Formats: sequence, C-alpha cells, structure tokens
Amino acid sequence: MLDLINVSYDTQIPNNVGLSSDKKVLKALEKWHPGYIDWWNQLIPNRYQQSEVYLRTAVSVDPKGWAKFDYVKMPEYRWGVLLAPQVEGRTIPCGEHAGEPAWQDVPGEYRNLMKRLIVIQGDTEPASVEQQKALALTAPSLYDMRNLFQVNVEEGRHLWAMVYLLHKYFGRDGREEADDLLRRQSGSEEAPRMLGAFNEETPDWLSFFMFTYFTDRDGKMQLESLAQSGFDPLSRTCRFMLTEEAHHMFVGETGVGRTIQRTCEVMKENGIEDPFDVDRIRGLGVIDLPLIQKKLNLHYTLSLDLFGQEVSTNAANAFNAGIKGRYQENRLTDDHQLQNDTYKVWDIVDGKIVQHDVPALTAINMRLRDDYTKDAAGGVGRWNKIIEKMGIDFELKLPHEAFHRKIGVFADKLIDPDGKFISGAEYDKGMVEWLPSHADGDYIQSLMKPEYEPGKYARWIAPPKVGIDNKPGDFEYVKLAMA
Amino acid sequence: MNKPVKQHLIDPEICIRCYTCEMTCPIEAITHDDNNVVVDAEKCEFCMDCIPVCPTGSIDEWRVVTTPYSLDEQFGWMELPAQEDLEDGGDTGGMEALDEAMAALLAEAHEGAGGKSKAPTSASKASVNLHNLAKPAVAKVQGNFRLTGEEADSDVRHIILDFGGQPMPTLEGQSIGIIPPGRDADGKPHLPRLYSISSPRDGERPGYNNLSLTVKREENGLCSNYVCDLQIGDEVQVTGPFGATFLMPNDPDARILMICTGTGSAPFRAFTMHRQRSRGSSGGDMVLFFGARTPDSLPYFGPLNKVPDRILKKHMVFSRIPGADKEYVQDRMMVEEEAIAEMIADPKTHIYICGLRGMEVGVDHAFANIAESAGMSWSATRDAMREDGRYHVETY
Repeated sequence: MLDLINVSYDTQIPNNVGLSSDKKVLKALEKWHPGYIDWWNQLIPNRYQQSEVYLRTAVSVDPKGWAKFDYVKMPEYRWGVLLAPQVEGRTIPCGEHAGEPAWQDVPGEYRNLMKRLIVIQGDTEPASVEQQKALALTAPSLYDMRNLFQVNVEEGRHLWAMVYLLHKYFGRDGREEADDLLRRQSGSEEAPRMLGAFNEETPDWLSFFMFTYFTDRDGKMQLESLAQSGFDPLSRTCRFMLTEEAHHMFVGETGVGRTIQRTCEVMKENGIEDPFDVDRIRGLGVIDLPLIQKKLNLHYTLSLDLFGQEVSTNAANAFNAGIKGRYQENRLTDDHQLQNDTYKVWDIVDGKIVQHDVPALTAINMRLRDDYTKDAAGGVGRWNKIIEKMGIDFELKLPHEAFHRKIGVFADKLIDPDGKFISGAEYDKGMVEWLPSHADGDYIQSLMKPEYEPGKYARWIAPPKVGIDNKPGDFEYVKLAMA
Repeated sequence: MNKPVKQHLIDPEICIRCYTCEMTCPIEAITHDDNNVVVDAEKCEFCMDCIPVCPTGSIDEWRVVTTPYSLDEQFGWMELPAQEDLEDGGDTGGMEALDEAMAALLAEAHEGAGGKSKAPTSASKASVNLHNLAKPAVAKVQGNFRLTGEEADSDVRHIILDFGGQPMPTLEGQSIGIIPPGRDADGKPHLPRLYSISSPRDGERPGYNNLSLTVKREENGLCSNYVCDLQIGDEVQVTGPFGATFLMPNDPDARILMICTGTGSAPFRAFTMHRQRSRGSSGGDMVLFFGARTPDSLPYFGPLNKVPDRILKKHMVFSRIPGADKEYVQDRMMVEEEAIAEMIADPKTHIYICGLRGMEVGVDHAFANIAESAGMSWSATRDAMREDGRYHVETY
C-alpha cells in the first residue's frame, strides 16, 4: 500500500506522493534535479556548503514527524515533495463551484490562470535564497547562521513543491516553466525574478530580519489563500509549506526583537534616556530605535506592493473560480461566493484619502492585505512591549498604507507616514526621517562583523530566550568547515 | 480543595502568533484572540501533536494548578504566571510525566531525595510524554547483549532500540515506558514499565535515532523477561520519554558525583558518554561509586574500565568476592571521605544516587558521617543542594 504519511526514500527525491510508481513525473524531476543542485552549489559560498548545520528535516508530514533535528551538510539536505495528508471528502471552499468536490486534476478552463499563480509563487522561493546568499559571511552568531540556512533550505524545498506541481499537472509547458525558475536570477539584467521586491539584495542582517518579518509574511498570506484552493494538490502543498513558513516568521520577529532588546540594554547601561540621541547610541555600536522604525517603514511598504491593485478583476476571477480563497476561508461564515457583498477599500477622491465600498469580489487583494496588516501589527505590538519593559519612551508603528507606495491607488503620491498629503518639498525633507538613508545603510553595514564562536553574539543583537530544539546557550549550531 | 492538575499553557512572551499549533490540534483545543494563543484546559488531551510544530518553543509550558486558568485569564496575560507553590504536587522542576501512573512511579522513585526534586539549573529542557498509551511509538530492536558474565547469578542486558522516523528526543537520566504484549487478568492491556535510558541524547550511535536500556531479568518479571528475550528486528511499543528532574547539568564546569548499584548504572553510562562526546579528551570531573556482587555481575565492567580517569574516577565495589571482605558503596565512600567532603562543599557539585531502594539508607548515612565530620549539617546541606537542583535520587 502506498504510504502517504511517511516520507519514502526509495527514489532520489524524498516524497509522500508515491513518486516511485509515477515514472513519468519521476523522470522529469530527476532531469530537473541536477540543475537544482548546481544552482544551490553555485549560490552559497563553499565553506558553508561543507559545514555541518543543525537543521530540521521533515521525515513525515504528520505533526510528530516533520521536525527532526540533526547536523547535515546543506547540499545533502533531503529536499523533497511533501503534501499535507489528503482530507477525505474535501470540497471547493469558495466561488461559483463552492461545495463541489475539490479537483484532483486541473480543470481545463482554469489551466493558465492556475499555472501563472504557481509560477509566481515558485519564482519567489529561489529568489529569496539568491537575495540572502552572502549573509553567512557576516552572521552575528552561529545560532543566527543556522536560522538563515534553515530558511534557505526550506525556501529551496518550496521551490521543489511548486516544480512538482508544474511537472505533474502541466505537461510540457509546466516543465519549461520549471526550468525557467532556475534560469531567472534575482537582480539579473537579462532574466530578473518576476516580482520587483525579489530583485533587491538583502544587504545586512537587520534587512534579513525585516524581510522575513514583512516580505515572508506576504508569502505566508499568499500561501494561506492558495491553501484554500479548490485544486486539492495545490492546497495540500501549501498547507504543508505553511508549517515551515512559521519558522521564517519566527526568525524575523525574534531577530528584530533581539536587536531592539540589545539597543535598549545598551542605552540603559550607559544612562541614555533619549532614543533620539542617535550619535551617542551609534557610538556604542547598536542600532538606534528611530533607524529600526525607518527600516520597518521601508520593508512594510515594499511588502504592501506585493498584494497588487486594491481592486482587481484577476483576483475576483481567481476567487470566483475557486483557485484561491481568502485568509482562513474555511473559518469564515458567509456564503463564500460574495455575489452581493461589499468590502471597504482605500481610494483617493478630490485629493483626499477615503474608504468606500466596492463589490467584495473585486476586493480580494485588499482583504488579504488587511489581514496581512493586522497580522503584521501584532508583532510590532510585541516589539513595543520589549521597549516598554526596558523603560524607554519610544513606540514603533506601522506607517499608513498610503505611504511610499509603487502599486495601487497610492502609487507615487506625495503622502507622509501618517497618511497626509504633503508638498514635494516636505516629502523630500521628510524622507530622511522616514526611510533609511545611504548613511544609515553604511552604519548598519559597519556593524556586520561575523561572530563564529558558539554561544557568542555580535554586540548589536541580544541572544535568544530559547534555543532551537531546546538546545543550551553555547550549543554549536553550525560546525564550520575550515576556511 | 481540588486535586492539583497539570495544565498545558503557551508562553505569550515567546509565541509569535503563527497559529500553527491551532491548525495542528486535532480537537481544536487551541484558540486565539487579538492578544494571545491559548490552550483550553477542558479540551486538551495532551496528545502532544502541537509540540514539534511550534517554531519557537513557547508551546512547551506546563503548570500544576488547583483551578485551571480559564481562556479569558490566558487571553489577558502579558507573561506566563510562575508555578504556584502548592503543598502537594507543585512541581517547579518541570513536568516529569503527564499521565498519572507514570508521574506517580517517578514521584515514588524520587522520594529518597527527601523533598521536591528540581532539575539542575543548567539542564536542557526535557520533552515528556510525546508518546502515550493511546499512541505509543513503535521501536525496532537493533541489539540485545548480555552484560553480565556466564557465571554471574544475574542476567543484565543491553538493549538497543531504533525509532526510525519517529521523534524520541531524550536526555540522559530520562526513562521510557515499555508496554509488554498481552493482557492482564482483567483483559486490559498491560501498563508500561519504566526503564532508564543508558545512552546519551544524540543516540546510542551518534546521530542515529536510537537509544539503549539496561535491563535485569527478574524472576517471573512480566516485562523484564519480555525485554530480555527480545530478538533483533522485534517491534516494541514505547511510551515517553518521561522525567524532567533527574537530568545532568549542561554546565561544562559542573562536577558530578554518582552512586549506583546494578542497573542503576544506566543513567550514569549516559552521563559519562555525553561528557565524553561533548568534551572529548578535555576531562570530565565525574566520580562514580558503583556497587555489585562480583566484577562479572557489574554491568559495563569492561567498557567502564576503559574510560580514562580524567573523565571519570571509578570506584567499583564488590560484596561477594570469595576470600575478600564484603564491601558496599557506603564503605568505599567512607574510605574516600576527604574527597567527598571537598565535593559536597563545592557549589558546582551535583550528586546522583540510582539503584535499588535498599541502598538509600547506607548511602545517606555515609553522607551524614562525612558532612558532619567536616562540620556541616547533612540534612541542611542536602536540602539546599536539592533546592538548587544538585541532589537527585532515583531508586526502585
């Protein structure tokens, strides 16, 4: 009998989809595999490829088996194809087909739309590994280096997940799309990644933490909506990816939190009460809270752009077709069709920012973005608790959604972080305070010195409260190969 | 007053609200509001499905309470409340086991410490109850070796169990439960029997998901005979791991004094191997008093002798050597009086006693003699060490 819970290792590619009896797809994947390994090997510096990293590998998709920790060299990591267990009798959760049995194959009329969604999702996965390829060189601790590599290998696995769907369900053009996922490169002139935010390098660790907090959270929301898909293999793939994605959220939230913690500690130790006493704080080698606010403004607003236009017929079509749902669609109690509902979206009318009702079906993107903002605001509140607990008078906040936007109704408008229209002169003057400048970037860069001794942390970041897999503070999360 | 119960909680200061636990819980016992993710004490059945999926470790929190915290109380928390000091059962050292039967067995085994056991402050946090009676893990027997000589009057065996892909994270000093096959007189499945693990945390073989047990065949012993007769390839139903206080310190400078008889050596084999593997040849600062009848009835006699003295100072003591006087562990402790007095006075020292219940009185008496000769009150010293997580007894 086919064992669909435990991971089978009888092919080169660990999987719980019975690959060994699916010769055609197996052959296609085995053909794709060397290209993937090449891509990985050329990306991350060789010293880290040879190091033993304490990683978690899924050995099955049931809750008890998917977090097995052990030392592994990254090129030997068992990337594989893992789908959440099939739910018996699952139905399409939304749109005009709501209530019909979920599709086990792609319905012809939605083939192109579905393929496009999978390709866009798949393209972001390797892109982020490319963006982060140089970070290990400046890791503030072995603990952080291990977390980086965990994020990287799992993004790699997410690419596998999407490539499997392309090979299995989309025939020849699926295979071509899968090859293109390895051909495009983040930041490349000739063949850039599909989404703008994924072509920027992640230059430092604070950017990495902000990226995993804000941009990976966009990824999480997109996965949440695809996890509600009526196309069952896509839904099952995304559901399992979400359990891994939670680790990425964790790295971002605790990374920024530990940076804040350290800044507050050093301020207190040196009797600095004023968080805006930037020169003195930077003189002590930690990142001032106003700069953390600027980084937050930047990464949050870039991530909002990833949700696309507020009002979108493409999104309406995808929802109506049952290809993607809303965040936690299965927990919502409306009719799941939205034929007569409305939803509030932002707009600009007579030079003012207003909200008005539009047909809910067209506001699917906006709704997901609102869910995202609510989710993202939670962690900002927890960062503020750290600051409050340390007795420092400063509050981080998410800027208004209209600020610093490139996509949607607010694109390229002169609006400040409070959501007020301002003049060009005010905008230029304000930007120095609102977004990180080159000088800010250079300052952060100057702190990026590696700390490779077990249990030690770079000066600008506090140690974590709890180790990975309950390991003690001085645990050697990466056994570095000799340089 | 209500009988104290164990409650599963989530640490709101560590949790990142990813809701993965909530999605994973098979019975919807986990829920959230805008502030916190919380566990409903009325619903949670301790199935542990939520523990491995948590990316933060915030999910692995337990309190003994007379009245469980309500959902509303938990929603309001900014931080986790400390363990209340309960007269009975308030276990601040960590949750030894979640099911009553196993918790009772361990409480009984630890009674000899003279008070509530506490884990060493630098010990790793132990996972408990990942597998229970309703959903045991299935291990495969990888090895079964007799440790005692052919001539010896006891049959002690080294059993190696492999867990394959199933999670079985253990620490030195923890135990697992083995469920003997068959049914009892009432037609119910047998309850698991507890056995101390004798391999270190990274496995009998490093990096393999296996562990070893040290089991003595007891006459008419239902489970010990079953275990001692296991063949390679047999499948065994296992619960646990259990135990959250009889653990070794991670602090590499901690000194360890171990006293055992017979299969009580199991946790100390694990302690020693862990230090050997983690500290290499840099020394160990461990001392072992090990009592048996004869050398060929002392488990691991050969391998133990090969452990260098700078890692483990060994005192093997025999009570049935023909032509020699009977010597028990407490006798040898008196011979080593000065060295032991020096260790007791050192706040880095951790004491562990493991073996048959009968050894407790003699060992305690020896400690009292040694402490009092050095001008210390033994009962006060022992209580202070225990409070500090540095005095541990496990006897049966």
